[in-house]
Amino acid sequence: MSMEPFKSLRAVALPIAQPNFDTDQILPARFLQKPRALNFGEFLFRDLRYRGDGAENPDFVLNQPAYRPARIVLGEANFGCGSSREHAVWALYDYGIRAVIAPSMGDIFMSNAAKNGLLTIVLPAPAVARMIDATLATPGLEIAVDLEAQTVSIAEVSAGSVPAPIRRHGEETPYRFEIDAYRKKCLLTGLDELGYTLTQLDKIESFERSYTG
Amino acid sequence: MPKRMNPSPEIANSAPQTLFEKIWQRHAILTREDGQTLLYIDSHFLQDGSAPAFELLRQRGLEPRAPHRAFATPDHYIPTHSRDLAAVADPEKRAMAEALRDDSAAAGIAFFGLDDARQGIVHVVAPEQGLSQPGMLIVCGDSHTSTHGALGTLAFGIGATEVAHVLATQTLWQSKPKTLRVVLAGSLKAGVSAKDVILAIIAKIGAAGATGHVIEYAGPALASLSMEARLTICNMTIEAGGRAGMMAPDATTFAYLKGRPFAPEGEAWDQAVERWRALVSDPDAAFDREVTLDVGEVAPMVTWGNSPEDALAITGRVPDPAAAPNADRREAMLRAIRYMGLEPGQPLTDLKIDRAFIGSCTNGRIEDLESAAAVVRGRKVAAGVEAWVVPGSTPVKREAEARGLDRVFQEAGFQWREAGCSMCLGTNGDVVAAGQRCASSTNRNFVGRQGPGSRTHLMSPAMVAAAAVSGRLADVRLLLTDR
Repeated sequence: MSMEPFKSLRAVALPIAQPNFDTDQILPARFLQKPRALNFGEFLFRDLRYRGDGAENPDFVLNQPAYRPARIVLGEANFGCGSSREHAVWALYDYGIRAVIAPSMGDIFMSNAAKNGLLTIVLPAPAVARMIDATLATPGLEIAVDLEAQTVSIAEVSAGSVPAPIRRHGEETPYRFEIDAYRKKCLLTGLDELGYTLTQLDKIESFERSYTG
Repeated sequence: MPKRMNPSPEIANSAPQTLFEKIWQRHAILTREDGQTLLYIDSHFLQDGSAPAFELLRQRGLEPRAPHRAFATPDHYIPTHSRDLAAVADPEKRAMAEALRDDSAAAGIAFFGLDDARQGIVHVVAPEQGLSQPGMLIVCGDSHTSTHGALGTLAFGIGATEVAHVLATQTLWQSKPKTLRVVLAGSLKAGVSAKDVILAIIAKIGAAGATGHVIEYAGPALASLSMEARLTICNMTIEAGGRAGMMAPDATTFAYLKGRPFAPEGEAWDQAVERWRALVSDPDAAFDREVTLDVGEVAPMVTWGNSPEDALAITGRVPDPAAAPNADRREAMLRAIRYMGLEPGQPLTDLKIDRAFIGSCTNGRIEDLESAAAVVRGRKVAAGVEAWVVPGSTPVKREAEARGLDRVFQEAGFQWREAGCSMCLGTNGDVVAAGQRCASSTNRNFVGRQGPGSRTHLMSPAMVAAAAVSGRLADVRLLLTDR
């Protein structure tokens, strides 16, 4: 059950310009009992994307045509806070999101993301704000993420295949991000963590033999 | 033994350590060069959201490695108007509770089902049964696992993939979090509870204030807090972003645990207490950060917005976005004010409620029900308000009935229901309708948390009781002095 490896990505970015955007909003609790075999992308941001009568809410950012192909989410402080539901990550992933960029994120959300091939990138608030402003000003703007090099840059809207940083959005791009070396390796290689731990069983057994707790 | 230049492990270990570091070190099986540590899990708590994890295990042909280190009880999907799973109309929800029963039976995991007198919300049941003990490393697939830190454990919530990993290996990979000491000074005033203290802490440091950190609560005010009050504070540590909340065990902890079904007995008890006494941060232990709160300054709190950090004293007013420090904050405040149906500058005590909910892993224990009943006794739920009490566990319910609290609540017009998570998050169908305002003793006031369009105000159980009988948010101190 190895994950799909993540190396680099250039895609439309979806701005979620709200702090403390919790996992209840990413995936409402009433879908938690749904089987994993379903496409959880249908439940993503459900109560924001749809009105009570089931019709699309045209005001929600994801319902604007330019943002629909988004594969990157730009969030504000404390994105993914709250409940430990891994379903929030499944909903993002099943929709097609492969990276979330925010100034801070919930610890459990980041951990769940890493287990499912969803890259979480923490950047300083001014950098994220600049990217959110840029995507709001130019819906459909693409962001380029390079995990190997640990960089994020704003790309041209309809440029060719090579990500080109845009000067007018700030000379600071590409932004360099830090990532836990273990998480980076898991994502780059699609490492099956459980499979790896099972190769360490002798050490677990040895610990258990001397453990008195 | 030859003399060595290197310090012995004993000397190396004599460097001052925090409570967190002591427990972490004791459970570290190995640490990799990239900083990841493989930790041994003493106890794994399971609730009826665990089906995806057992499914992951089955897909790989793996069995739970240490079923004697796990215990399970259904809480999220069970009805609170009946003790019969057949009462759950939605087959998918019913299947979640049935799966926990069947998966536990197949694996040989202790299971407290709906017909078991020990059933309840997992974070109420485990301390109650003496399953959470000082020094333990505990995990559960639920963010409010931080609750158990009140007993001097390191306890944190994990996701479904990690639940499967723990079931299969009894271990978990973690990178070491930072430490934050929250010093509680002063002493609580009348009408102020642990819930008000934790809401004040979250308001002070922010909903992301402790992200990446384990909080150790310390300071002179802690000694005077009951075990149940401590459980409430550690429970909501996650609402400040904290990975875990912890408190050093003391005489209160030992008195609470003694005689509980899973606590050690006889000589083993004495030895355990001796061991547990060492579970304190050393005097010179270093924390990455420290924050102090004078609990004597804390008034009864309520939240007005959609983050637990949006907490104010009940004497306050809905904040004015025009006074926000920046445009982002103004936008966030406006969004919350719109969703919550508020007016800037409105006194909080002007807010009329439709629902009142007393319960949850935060405030569903016997002291919580006692504090609410003290307000309700001899009063009536205001016209137009639907008020519920959902005890945190079946033992809490029985104890409350033995004390006559069920009659106090029912005579006032409250519904007296069966134990479960219920309306805290509404997974079992107990929800607040769109547009309804609910005074709630729960832990999250998120958009849609108690049901799509629901408007949640978090507060202590006594404050919920005050709101229920007043028909609007109310200062419980005025109702207590009325007596």
